[in-house]
Amino acid sequence: MVDAHSLLAVDVGTITTRAALFDVVEGHYRFIAFGHAPTTAAAPYRDISEGVHKAIENLQVITGRKFLGEGQYLIMPTSEGVGVDTFAATLSAGPAIKTAVVALLDDVSLESTKRLARSTYTRVVETIGLNDARKPEEQIDSLVRLCPDLVLIAGGTDGGASGSVQHLMEIVGLACYLLPAEKRPAILYAGNQSLVDEVRKSLDPLTSSLSVSSNLRPGIDTEDLQPSQHDLNNLFTQVRRGQMGGVDEINAWSGNTLMPTASAEGRIIRFLSQVYDSSKGILGVDLGASAATIAAAFSGELTLGVYPQLGLGEGLSDLLRYTSLEDILRWIPFEIPADAVRDYLYQKSIYPASLPATPEDLSIEQAVARQSLHVALELAGKDFPRKVGRAAVGLTPYFEPILAAGSVVTRAPTLGQALLILLDAIQPVGITTVILDQNNLLPALGAAASRNSLLPIQVLESGAFLGLATVVAPFVNAHLGTPILQARLVYPNGNDSRIEVKQGALEVMPLPAGQSGRLFLQPLDHADLGFGPDHKGADGIPVNGTALGLVIDARGRPLQLPKDANRRCEIIKKWAWALGG
Amino acid sequence: MLAPVVHILPLTTLRRERLLPVAGRVTARVDQKVAPLDVVAEAHFGQDHLLIDVARTLGIGSAAAQGLIQLKAGETVAKGQIIAQRIGLLPHILRAPSNGRVILIGSGRILMETGEETFELRAGLPGKVTRLIPDRGVEITFNGALIQGVWGNGQMGLGMLLSVVSAPEELLSINHVDVSLRGSILLAGHCNDSAALQAAGDLPVRGMILGSLSPALLPLANQLNYPLVVVDGFGLKPMDSTAYKLLTTNAKREVTLNAEPFDQQTGLRPEILIPLPVTQEPPLPREVVSFAPDQLVRLTRAPHAGAVGTLACLLPGLTSLPSGLRVAAAEVKLDSGEQIVIPLANLEVLG
Repeated sequence: MVDAHSLLAVDVGTITTRAALFDVVEGHYRFIAFGHAPTTAAAPYRDISEGVHKAIENLQVITGRKFLGEGQYLIMPTSEGVGVDTFAATLSAGPAIKTAVVALLDDVSLESTKRLARSTYTRVVETIGLNDARKPEEQIDSLVRLCPDLVLIAGGTDGGASGSVQHLMEIVGLACYLLPAEKRPAILYAGNQSLVDEVRKSLDPLTSSLSVSSNLRPGIDTEDLQPSQHDLNNLFTQVRRGQMGGVDEINAWSGNTLMPTASAEGRIIRFLSQVYDSSKGILGVDLGASAATIAAAFSGELTLGVYPQLGLGEGLSDLLRYTSLEDILRWIPFEIPADAVRDYLYQKSIYPASLPATPEDLSIEQAVARQSLHVALELAGKDFPRKVGRAAVGLTPYFEPILAAGSVVTRAPTLGQALLILLDAIQPVGITTVILDQNNLLPALGAAASRNSLLPIQVLESGAFLGLATVVAPFVNAHLGTPILQARLVYPNGNDSRIEVKQGALEVMPLPAGQSGRLFLQPLDHADLGFGPDHKGADGIPVNGTALGLVIDARGRPLQLPKDANRRCEIIKKWAWALGG
Repeated sequence: MLAPVVHILPLTTLRRERLLPVAGRVTARVDQKVAPLDVVAEAHFGQDHLLIDVARTLGIGSAAAQGLIQLKAGETVAKGQIIAQRIGLLPHILRAPSNGRVILIGSGRILMETGEETFELRAGLPGKVTRLIPDRGVEITFNGALIQGVWGNGQMGLGMLLSVVSAPEELLSINHVDVSLRGSILLAGHCNDSAALQAAGDLPVRGMILGSLSPALLPLANQLNYPLVVVDGFGLKPMDSTAYKLLTTNAKREVTLNAEPFDQQTGLRPEILIPLPVTQEPPLPREVVSFAPDQLVRLTRAPHAGAVGTLACLLPGLTSLPSGLRVAAAEVKLDSGEQIVIPLANLEVLG
């Protein structure tokens, strides 16, 4: 039982602003409803508050409860049935923040600083390190020309190198000095702590906002990004304040806790990883217009990768710098000229809010989604801890569960399409549960978690998320058509369902939501289900019902599509049919 | 629901601030008539910098070097001028490696600005200067026709508008480009022919307006020596009928192409401006509207991308599309008379 504290959480996305209400029902926190409205971060509004007000107004209509008073102020706390007790906000709208990364050694502090930059919505436009062969004035001129919104500086272990870091600081400081005051970047320093006083003295007068964090590389073999990620979130808000209106108002409503959506998602994934103590990792993926976000946590250790270049919005015109047309085309179940996909990418980049009206357009959109997410996971995988468990090098680590967000997945016309996008892009291995965040609640729960740790747990367990499927994905080196797995699903009434799965197949064993069963798996031909290749199998694994039931993905890892176009199209259609179209 | 708006207007008023990147001198005056390429303000600043480490060069400490520097911040320096010298048994003279201006001196180092150039701020649109912004720029007011585009190659130009096609869907080919078009601004439907773009540059033309462009030509389009504005988008699609009609009715008039790249955040976008005489100032364009019946709308996505119609009615609730998506939608009556259902997300209001 909990005290009655309602929460209104707003997420300002690139296309849509959502307002979600959580409240206490019968002693437990529950998700009540959400309202939405188009985001107004871009022209002509350039002020997020308009979209936030309209999303909350939409929520008022849905719930019949009043949250906004005269003059559009938020009624807080609740009084006589109106208003809300707490407010949380997350933001992903806006262009990727132009960022310069400045640190010492390529494989040490520079790499850590780039990883820090990747943990939010940034685009690294300049990298300056000790091995940079350019003259100092060339580095200065480059910074002045590129005019970054944000500079991240690190380097030197605590009490270690200082002269080289001072040299880098001087370059940044001189570049800032040369920039007009209104164009000076925000600066985050997360290097040698013995220089902190000097950093404050020399850089504070030259920057729009200076934040000094603990050393992200306190020792040569130690990386600690968490404190600097927290400070980076604050600077993100500072930078956005200069780019769009309304940020101050929404930040004030939230008690100055407005945070990037991806950071909130990362926080909840890490939180779940700590709470559920899974031997596997927990994976969160969010494919939105602003970015593809990968949040993976292993025993409480979070890897957060935010890739604006792989988002499904304005950035699509640059997607072909990170992948090929052929790699997108391979997912489309009909013959289509490569130029049609190229046209799609550029047209969609102009109209990121537009939607596929025809089946053909939908197939292209979902193919692009698969490839963007696949590339994002590959990039994020480089930052996963080396010790994580996986069936073989190059394969996706073991995750349980996988939480997915982003309207291309959560608003797919059928749940089978949603699952197939995720299976194709992520290619999970072993046994996992795929969960859809249909109401975009993860950022809200992440933003709320620091103030109310009970709310996320109770909401997660309340059924606010959609259990999409329990997935069994064996890894085996076998020819197509070879039997690799025998599965038996025993229902509570004692009835069972048996299946022999052949390599290359995609099979479904129904187990509707609300039901449960026990799953008996007998691997054949050294198939690995996450227990090792010679494990006898799993006896009586309890499984809960999901929307699509138990899905056995024996299509192979990594997934190889037929080279012949006709066969490829046929097999993709067959997989779609297997999951209900 | 809030609607995106794109301006295709036969007669409107624009007020635009044109600002220097740094403080400078405003050269225009209030009520001055300006052409797009007229300079309205200028600023002088160096494009490059030099960081001269006097201490290291002279092999002395920074405090000692500081005392030897013979320059002051703000001072203009000529190439070869002595900037510091050490006297003694082994005298050492340090000279300026190039002309420039001292920006900053400290810790035995000198930061110099070199390669000073004059930045000239151009009017960017035809009109009248209606306000001066001290040290930074001007406000210019324009009256005439406005057509906004979706892609531009960053250049600017003006010239007489000539249509080289007879229909909005007609493709531009190299056969359309002949010497009679030299110095003009060409109007065509779609282009997927790199030779045609290059031939236009060889004439040269002063600009080009296309309904749509093949994305494969974007690298070339970015290198062209003339401004190129794409009105509707990418892939094979005709120019929307409203823009085509407005442009063709203004053929042989002088038009300005401001092929500014589209920035969705700031709202800056490529524009075609046709100055027209007015007796009374026409209204400013409306930037914020909600979807409503009788609005003129343009479809942005397949299967009717680029088509123009009238919003007949907003459909209640969510509507199922052939793709299977369920979305907010409207019925739109196309110019052809066909009435179709379109997601609101795939519409923009013309106005």
